[in-house]
Amino acid sequence: MTAVQPALPTEETQPPAENFDALEVGTTATTASKGRSRIPWRFLGGRALFYLFTLWAAVTINFILPRMMKGDAVSAYLARNRNITPEAADGLRALLGLDTDKSLFEQYIDYWAHLLRGDLGVSLLHGLRPVTEVISQSLPWTIGLVGFATIVSFIIGTIGGAIVGWRRGSRLDALIPITTFLSTIPYFWLGLLAIAVFSVNLKLFPIGKAYGVGMSPEFSAEFIGQVIHHGFLPAATIIIASLGGWMLGMRNMMLTVLDEDYIMVAQAKGMPNRRVLWGYAARNAVLPQVQSFALSIGFIVGGTIVMEMVFSYPGVGKLLLDATNAKDYALMQGVFLVITLSVLVANILADVAYAFLDPRTRQTGA
Amino acid sequence: MSLLEFDAVTKVYSVRGAGQIKALDDVSFTLESGQTIGLVGQSGSGKSTTAKILTQLETPTSGEVRLDGRAIPRHGSGLRAYRQQLRMVFQDPFASLNPYHSVRHHIERPLRLDNVVPQEQINGEVRRLLGRVRLDPASIADRRPHELSGGQRQRVAIARALASRPKFLVADEPVSMLDVSIRLGVLNLLADLQREEGLGVLYITHDLATARHFSSEIIVLNQGRIAERGTADDVILRPKHPYTQELRAASPDPEKFFASTSGIGGGAR
Amino acid sequence: MSDALLSVNNFSVLYDVDPPVNAVRNVDFELRRGEILGLAGESGCGKTTLAYGIQRLLKAPAVITSGSVVFHDKSGDDIEISELDVEEMRQFRWDKISMVFQGAMNALNPVATIGSQLDDVFEVHRPSMTKAQRREAVIELLEIVKVGGQRRRSFPHELSGGMRQRVMIAMALALRPQLMVMDEPTTALDVLVQREILKQISQLRHQFGFSVIFITHDLPLLLEISDRIAIMREGEIVELNTAEQIWRDPQDDYTKKLLSSFPRLTGEKGLVAR
Repeated sequence: MTAVQPALPTEETQPPAENFDALEVGTTATTASKGRSRIPWRFLGGRALFYLFTLWAAVTINFILPRMMKGDAVSAYLARNRNITPEAADGLRALLGLDTDKSLFEQYIDYWAHLLRGDLGVSLLHGLRPVTEVISQSLPWTIGLVGFATIVSFIIGTIGGAIVGWRRGSRLDALIPITTFLSTIPYFWLGLLAIAVFSVNLKLFPIGKAYGVGMSPEFSAEFIGQVIHHGFLPAATIIIASLGGWMLGMRNMMLTVLDEDYIMVAQAKGMPNRRVLWGYAARNAVLPQVQSFALSIGFIVGGTIVMEMVFSYPGVGKLLLDATNAKDYALMQGVFLVITLSVLVANILADVAYAFLDPRTRQTGA
Repeated sequence: MSLLEFDAVTKVYSVRGAGQIKALDDVSFTLESGQTIGLVGQSGSGKSTTAKILTQLETPTSGEVRLDGRAIPRHGSGLRAYRQQLRMVFQDPFASLNPYHSVRHHIERPLRLDNVVPQEQINGEVRRLLGRVRLDPASIADRRPHELSGGQRQRVAIARALASRPKFLVADEPVSMLDVSIRLGVLNLLADLQREEGLGVLYITHDLATARHFSSEIIVLNQGRIAERGTADDVILRPKHPYTQELRAASPDPEKFFASTSGIGGGAR
Repeated sequence: MSDALLSVNNFSVLYDVDPPVNAVRNVDFELRRGEILGLAGESGCGKTTLAYGIQRLLKAPAVITSGSVVFHDKSGDDIEISELDVEEMRQFRWDKISMVFQGAMNALNPVATIGSQLDDVFEVHRPSMTKAQRREAVIELLEIVKVGGQRRRSFPHELSGGMRQRVMIAMALALRPQLMVMDEPTTALDVLVQREILKQISQLRHQFGFSVIFITHDLPLLLEISDRIAIMREGEIVELNTAEQIWRDPQDDYTKKLLSSFPRLTGEKGLVAR
């Protein structure tokens, strides 16, 4: 093939000259490799554009949704609350689609204007405080606890899966059905069981909430101690429940990778087992795991409502549930937006991580 | 007498990140029924692209393929009719047969789709075709591909290709994945069938030796262009183009090798 | 230092499946120092099993049921390979006997650079070398096989097939072994590239003096590059002779059959009925 702009290696042949020594010239010569930077700018740039588009689409859908609800419900909402400031009322109208006196396009612009100002409306349920304030109080708890638990679960599961896969056929194989079984137990039952055993009977841990009654968040050793104490059971139950998935995934990937030729070559080279396991096998097997992990981060924000119910943990999930029950539309809309944004950010992180880990993705095309 | 014309075909691919790649550059040849042409090329020469264009899996960027003077329709019943006339035998006997279906099913399908024979004669036709490729219908017809050897699978692929009674056959490296001792058997079969049915065969390969024995004419492709063409013996024994000369020098030739080093013993030193 | 490098006696390998398969049966042969021995045969003949078996690279369900493999080291020691323990075997590998695999994408770790894959051979087997020394050694190897030292930062997928094969050769050469076992090293390559690789192997053999066991089904190729050729069929060596003798005066029927399966490039035409 005659490449017009070659960037890939080609088998090029040269017509024989006098005393042509193929060995010298080499028909396996490649065209000069362009500077290979570590950062695949082109690849990331393309992805960034895609995500911007997705973000725009998500926000627009968020705009359209309330306008599809029956107008009465929303008017009634406003009617119930006479003591809203005019600015707040305005904001709510823009967010919830009540400003029907304006054209749709004007509404859309208004909506964006409010968003970019950080105005997500006021929350009925929480004494008319701004939605942004309400969400930002709960968000750290969710991200902190669930994020921590997910990361720990991922690390233990992946390392465990690598070892189980490496020693296929040994007694370690039993770990897979055990952890998988644990993940099929309904979470609320697991949570309640944990509370019953460790909190009520053994009195090792508190029953619920993020910190002791009467305390308020501050940066003191005592407060942090309380957070850890209260967070232990919720985190532990999440870890136990999700371990199985990571372990199974990693183990299966390991089995596939261990059949590859380069593993045999590594062993033929006399590499010690540990090096083959971690440097050759696990390093390749972990790639799909990383993608799953990044995706699961996206769902941290919205996905742990059961845990928050069981442990009365002041996170975003509970916030959303309460808002739904109280028909606090502004708060609901705000939480949806936050969840969408987190999933997008997580996807971006996944792409970046993958591009770094797998050198093959750095070349676009062919 | 049928005529297949490959007329000034150029195929350009756009590859993300690598610009444009010319897989074929102004390639022309004609294939008559009853004739075998060997298309010889190494990887990247364009020989696979030629096969894809002939079977209409790809369309040329410029140039035309004509069968009996008529250009090939892009879609519809005209394309179907063309495909009936030109069949392909693929390189990988493992991949070209569907592992879930019996041999009988594979051969029946083209018979049904192209209405080659009336319904009630299909079974007989399957038996006949299997016999043509020297397989025993009774023991083979109801087996699945994984129960057959590579050579048997390739024969089934040939039988399937012949089912629609085509005028032309494109054989893309038909024996390179088979065991050495059965390769000649399959090639001989193809040669016999070609002679008996008056087929026009395009034999695509990288192997000069089999190309020489199997084809009457050889075309050498290099990077999308024709480097040389002529009768098989002319091209192989008296190559004019430097590329062909290189190919020939690089191919193992024990006959010549031992003739020149008699008394010293073999081995490239 | 004896003339023989490797003595294989009564070597047998069984695949413990149902029904059991005798992949290698009572094979005897001697490999001389500095010779190229071709191992020819069709798929299933046992040539790969034999070559992997003598290095103890086989995995279950393959079982070595009998035989001794003695490596006559250039230091004068005679090493019985089957008696080495796990750690001794690990050190023996690549140092005395190395392998060149088919350099398809999968023989090299796709997420590590070429340089690091050459480097870790030195790291593991020559712990006394410093990092700088290892880097020099890696560059030297890549220059020897004409891939170029600057390629050490490339990843496998960025190289062409021929280059990957040269990298495999460089890797096998790293510790200057006395025997290189090559398993179909040129099968997936074009005929022109193949010829270069073979020239290179030949030249390196002259330069460094190692022996080669070359496994392939391509008999004409072997006839041109080997000193001696062993024809294998169903687990046994049916004929073992110099290349010239195999060509001019084959004894075994199977050898004759194999020879006649390759049409002649030049010379008499007509092996295929037209």
